[in-house]
Amino acid sequence: MNVDCTITPEILIAHVREDRIDAACAIEFKERMRDVMEGHDQRIVLDLAQVGFIDSSGLGAIVALRKMLGPDRVLELAALSVSVAKVFRLTRMDGVFPIHVDVPGQAIHAR
Amino acid sequence: MRDDVAMSDFRLTIPATLPDVRLALARVDAAMLDLHCCAETMDAARTTLAEVLNNIIEHAYAGQLGMIDISLSAAGEALAFTVSDRGAPMPGGVLPRGDLPPETGVEDLPEGGFGWHLIRLLTDDLLYLRIGGENRLSFLVRQKQSGHI
Repeated sequence: MNVDCTITPEILIAHVREDRIDAACAIEFKERMRDVMEGHDQRIVLDLAQVGFIDSSGLGAIVALRKMLGPDRVLELAALSVSVAKVFRLTRMDGVFPIHVDVPGQAIHAR
Repeated sequence: MRDDVAMSDFRLTIPATLPDVRLALARVDAAMLDLHCCAETMDAARTTLAEVLNNIIEHAYAGQLGMIDISLSAAGEALAFTVSDRGAPMPGGVLPRGDLPPETGVEDLPEGGFGWHLIRLLTDDLLYLRIGGENRLSFLVRQKQSGHI
């Protein structure tokens, strides 16, 4: 499961370098992210720009990560594709996560 | 894996494994492109089919070897899917209702149970039959933009 990170003292951005988070890779994704988040107490943003498809297992893995952080922290999501955003909306999980249109600090200025 | 495209009918048989689900979804994507489906219709069909196939692997076959048959045809302004397997029947012989759990605090957020909710939201005419040791699930995915199926 390919995830790489941008880390500053204020923010940890985990860039998911996979085109899908599905039942075939949900457990591996969860374990990889648990390692990524360990020892960090700054803002955590999950960059989903490359993820074109998520199923209910992938969604469940992201919810599990959110719970892992505990009630006093949040897991932010960024750059959801149309189809990924739709799965969050239909399951009402869009109300559980702050969702950013762009990855913080990487907003696209050129058109 | 074998498939057979004849006229508007598409058929595919896959082993009941998660990697084969990925391959099946790619094949069905290609078939839907041949039918000139719009992106929104394809998203709905892909999500539904993924949930249906994952459920069969996890619950009907529950880790045992088996095969899954998928068929797709254009039915008027909808895509008609039938998915069959020879695993265990649905508990009680009926489909899960797919209700979302009540809204709760972060500690109690659900990590599962989204699948049937998505299937029911994205499909019409959902029908489950148990016939001679076979589970047969059929459903329609209505086209989201007119004139593109």
